[in-house]
Amino acid sequence: MLILECPYCGVKAEETELSPGGEAHLKRFGPGSSDADFEAYMFARKNPKGVHFERWRHAYGCGKWFLAARCTATLEVFGTYPAQTSEPPAEIIANIMAKRPAWKGFK
Amino acid sequence: MSTRLKSGGRLIDRSASLEFTFNGKRLKGYAGDTLAAALLANDQMLVGRSFKYHRPRGIVASGAEEPNALVNLGSGARLEPNQRATTTEVFDGLQATSQNHWPSLEHDVGVLNNYAARFLPAGFYYKTFIHPRAAWKHVFEPIIRQSAGLGRAPKDRDADRYEQAYGFADLLVAGGGIAGLQAALVAARAGARVWIVEQTAVWGGRAPVDGDVIDGMPAATWVDAAVTELASLPNVTLRVRTMAAGVYDHGYVLLDEKVADHTPGDGRPKHRLWRMRVGRIINATGAIERPLSFAGNDIPGVMLASAVRDYVVNWAVSPGDRTVVVTNNDDGYRTAITLKEAGMDVPCVIDARVRADGALPARARGLGIRVETGRGIAKVKGGKRVEGIEMCLQAGEGAASSFIACDAVAMSGGWSPVVHLWSHCGGKLTWDDAHAFFRPDATRPPITHDGSAMVYAAGAANGALHEALADATHRAKIALQSLGMTAETATAPAHDLPEESPMEAVWIMPQGAPIALKAKMWLDYQNDVKVSDVQLAAREGYESVEHTKRYTTLGMATDQGKLSNINGLAVLAGSLNTEIPLVGTTTFRPPYTPVTLGALAGEARGEIFQPLRKTPMHDWHEKNGAYFEPVGYWRRPYCFPRAGETHEQAVHREVLNTRSNVGLLDASTLGKIIVKGPDAGRFLDMLYTGVMSTLPIGKCRYGLMCNEQGFLSDDGVVARIDEDTWLCHTTSGGADRIHGWMEDWLQCEWWDWQVFTANVTEQYAQVAVVGPKARKVLEKLGGMDVSKEAVPFMGWADGTLGGFPVRVYRISFSGELSYEIAVPASHGAAFWAACVAAGAEFGAMPYGTEGLHVMRAEKGFIMIGDETDGTVIPQDLGLDWAISKKKADFLGKRGQERSFLASADRWKLVGFETLDGSVIADGAYIIDAGVNANNQRKVQGRVTSTYHSPTLGRGIAMGLLRHGPVRMGEVVEFTKLDGSTVKAKVVNAVFYDKDGEKQNV
Amino acid sequence: MSDPVSPLSGARYDGFATVREIGPLGMITLRAKTGTPGLEASVMAATGCEMPAVRHVVVNGANAAGWMSPDETLLVLPYADVAGALSKIADAMKGQHHLAVDVSDARAVFRVEGAKADQVIRKLSPVDVDLLQPGELRRSRAAQVAAAFWADEGGFTVVCFRSVAAYMFGLLSTSARPGAEL
Repeated sequence: MLILECPYCGVKAEETELSPGGEAHLKRFGPGSSDADFEAYMFARKNPKGVHFERWRHAYGCGKWFLAARCTATLEVFGTYPAQTSEPPAEIIANIMAKRPAWKGFK
Repeated sequence: MSTRLKSGGRLIDRSASLEFTFNGKRLKGYAGDTLAAALLANDQMLVGRSFKYHRPRGIVASGAEEPNALVNLGSGARLEPNQRATTTEVFDGLQATSQNHWPSLEHDVGVLNNYAARFLPAGFYYKTFIHPRAAWKHVFEPIIRQSAGLGRAPKDRDADRYEQAYGFADLLVAGGGIAGLQAALVAARAGARVWIVEQTAVWGGRAPVDGDVIDGMPAATWVDAAVTELASLPNVTLRVRTMAAGVYDHGYVLLDEKVADHTPGDGRPKHRLWRMRVGRIINATGAIERPLSFAGNDIPGVMLASAVRDYVVNWAVSPGDRTVVVTNNDDGYRTAITLKEAGMDVPCVIDARVRADGALPARARGLGIRVETGRGIAKVKGGKRVEGIEMCLQAGEGAASSFIACDAVAMSGGWSPVVHLWSHCGGKLTWDDAHAFFRPDATRPPITHDGSAMVYAAGAANGALHEALADATHRAKIALQSLGMTAETATAPAHDLPEESPMEAVWIMPQGAPIALKAKMWLDYQNDVKVSDVQLAAREGYESVEHTKRYTTLGMATDQGKLSNINGLAVLAGSLNTEIPLVGTTTFRPPYTPVTLGALAGEARGEIFQPLRKTPMHDWHEKNGAYFEPVGYWRRPYCFPRAGETHEQAVHREVLNTRSNVGLLDASTLGKIIVKGPDAGRFLDMLYTGVMSTLPIGKCRYGLMCNEQGFLSDDGVVARIDEDTWLCHTTSGGADRIHGWMEDWLQCEWWDWQVFTANVTEQYAQVAVVGPKARKVLEKLGGMDVSKEAVPFMGWADGTLGGFPVRVYRISFSGELSYEIAVPASHGAAFWAACVAAGAEFGAMPYGTEGLHVMRAEKGFIMIGDETDGTVIPQDLGLDWAISKKKADFLGKRGQERSFLASADRWKLVGFETLDGSVIADGAYIIDAGVNANNQRKVQGRVTSTYHSPTLGRGIAMGLLRHGPVRMGEVVEFTKLDGSTVKAKVVNAVFYDKDGEKQNV
Repeated sequence: MSDPVSPLSGARYDGFATVREIGPLGMITLRAKTGTPGLEASVMAATGCEMPAVRHVVVNGANAAGWMSPDETLLVLPYADVAGALSKIADAMKGQHHLAVDVSDARAVFRVEGAKADQVIRKLSPVDVDLLQPGELRRSRAAQVAAAFWADEGGFTVVCFRSVAAYMFGLLSTSARPGAEL
């Protein structure tokens, strides 16, 4: 059962205080978008073994959504950060690169 | 015979005599006894029957690893099956009964299985009873079910209570032996927040039994000093009777504290499940001795050598007058020495090794004990009790060289570190050839959230059988270092142990045993798995250890193979001609020993099994006979049956009264979310399919919300409160979900939009006053103008009614003149009572959710969850009018443009009237011509809502039908539960007041 | 008009700790981003409390102001004072994007008191009570429902939603039963 630190209120919350929200950094495609783009937005998920970015809500705490970078194989957490960004912050990327030199990076 | 010795017993208090029963027989024990010790003290060696063959079984071990001595404890509401006698503390009045036999322990019919053993080989489930097919269900399965299983599940409700608690520590030490205590001391002195837990009632583990000397004092004295120091430190928590059941991700550990197992009925919780979050875990869980595989090693009286020693030293119980010790290592000699020094007879130590010249064998010989090297046991003689053994050459095929009479056999096959906690979260093991065991591989530990090691094994659990204290000190230091603390100066106490010569792995005794002997060599006592079974599995191609485990059931009993695993996989490796490390181990899974379900449930039972949400009027509903139904976690009145009424009759009465007079509905559960800000209108236009930004202040508008796929997710009426504030009503079950949905979009997608939301669902009690006389009731309450002009249909107004501050919405879910009145929840009960009183002269009656459903169905109004199921778009329901054509975007718009959803062939909402007036069954399908690829009847639609309409006196229904709206007047057929069909005419879904005149008056 | 009634009308349980339902209390949810002009003045005007630090509660007699999230403050005050406080907030925050709503009736409030009151909390919430700072307001869950609590004189104040008041009272009193001391 994971522990993730909420970047808004600083609580190191255990999983039962959080609710999961799936993959992070999805780009929304609305009316006018191609079928392929809409399909990718709606259904295509990376599901990697390794470094992954995901959405969590501090549901039983401050109620804020935040994002987490973690390894799906070892459950190592590389960092959490506020949701108001379209890609991971540089320090999170640097942290991952330091621990997973073979990581191909965030696309 | 097994008996209580005249003196000794470090754990018993001879001044505190206790009485207990076993199979109804009254027996005596002492405070400090385990049930196993007390049974042995009363010469009760036979304690149960084996699982498959019903062979007589006795106590083998002295702790959590015991496979045989499982008993029923207590009776009635305090009956617990499968309790290990070795870990059960005796208390006055304890009742125990043996399991798995009929009619009695001594005379068990099931033992016939023993003679039919050749029909019950490994995997017999899979191959013996396949044909004829019918025989399985009617013959084989009932017989197997009757003969299988150990204890019986209790029938009564558990009289005890259980609880859970959350604990936190820098370091959790699992195991209160000397290694655990030393690790805890190192960490505690360094200032860490330390928990140390011990599964038994006693600190110290094996060292005091084995006569270790620590820092020049007897181990027991050192243990007392360590515990005293730890107890004096504010940063240390000590818990005995607390088993570390499992280690999970990110330092989550479950501990099962047996608070009152030994004091039943004293008012304390029986167990407490600790849900720990810890920085590091020290796995100081010691080691378990392995049995040796020789023929008849399951006959009562054959025990682990260490257990024999425990019984003598701890409880002054001798398992036998004459005990043969059989070993492959020096440690086994300790038992011979202990027995001899306690005045018992040890006819012989049989050592499988060719040489035995260490310090301990020398001491044994010095005591005059005969030592036979290079020998093994060919066969144990006896039935319900050991009578003697036949000795043979270990290197031979089991030809007996001599018979030695004895009534107990103490066996030592070497030790296995208890690596469960290390392994639960992925810690890897390495094979140690010298000791013939798997031990934790410190280079591949289980890791925690930051990628660092989470568990450190220490002492015997780490394979350090002889340097436990030094190892524990070292491991504690590195664990502390990884936490940013330091214990540089900590040193290990001096630990004096006799030198031991190397052990020699012995997996089968004798080495060349023929099949007849192997078929009597037990690996897994509890599941009756023998050496021959594992070899058969290997021959039949089960080469993976995980497959062999499942095929033979090796290690799948309640003891999870604590004694049998290593021996079993060594036999498998031997059969496959490969090395043990290549075979590997099966996966260690929590819990370490079984945790009772009550502890896992904790407080969640009875009234607080789950949260029940109650409206402010709940008490009134209860007092007035409401029949409740769950709506999410809410409990809402379904109807208010009167004396002699069925629920159906009550619903009909409530509907008719509401349509003719006036009804009162507790609508408090309706979701209410305030949305405010300069961008609130724009936000709501994205959220709803319709336009909310243009809604005039003081007005209400019905709206639909879809998910991004376009499927209808929620509906409700939106009220414009002021220039930048809207109040969104959601469905009763949907308030939290929709509030979360709003926050998700505001926080994660449109975070620069200036919008705030607040879920005020519970701030207001809401009463719907519904029916032609509704206005009269409100006028009677008085305080504000509720005329058509002042509060028109789909308008709202603030004011007072009967002295209560209210907001009145003119919205209708029934088709009648209707006011939904919100009051602060703290006044909800009083306001409801005022409405009931004011309504009395107009015939007001409360109505419930079923009446609400019937009335909305009569009006053709959809219900989220009835007409929708996550695959329905608003267009399917003829709600195109509520979808803006002008808006460039809203959530779900793109999804609805997908070809399948935009298809003209979709099932669409229409009404149905059965030709015979009957009510269509819930969930009924509309059949179509022909069959599909699976030879199932094709369908062209289904019912979504179906009721008897008391207003119309007939069955009415709504449903989805292919091309529905263009097929008005057509007759279709619905399935019935009896396999037949019922004909129904396709009609408009609005059955009542088609022009909507009644609600707009 | 009748007097406002709290959900359990002041229920009480005496175990190894005492559990009391209190209230009704006035409560206002004030949503505005930290640093919004007029926010600190609003909190002061409504409760007499300084703006609480992250995850903290400032108590001033019967009043309190608690940090709920980066853009939400909970104001606690006498039930009768809510309307006045709302208008003070409206004045202080005029022209600023904010939301202030009366949530007095949406909550149930309990006091858990006694030397071992903390043990009741430890059984219900996955919170390291030992590490709570003075004046820390912790939002978490109690068993299966959302709860917020803070330690103050003689025990803890626990806040939950009104509809689950009976469940919360059941949790607290079950956990405080004599004989179940940790």
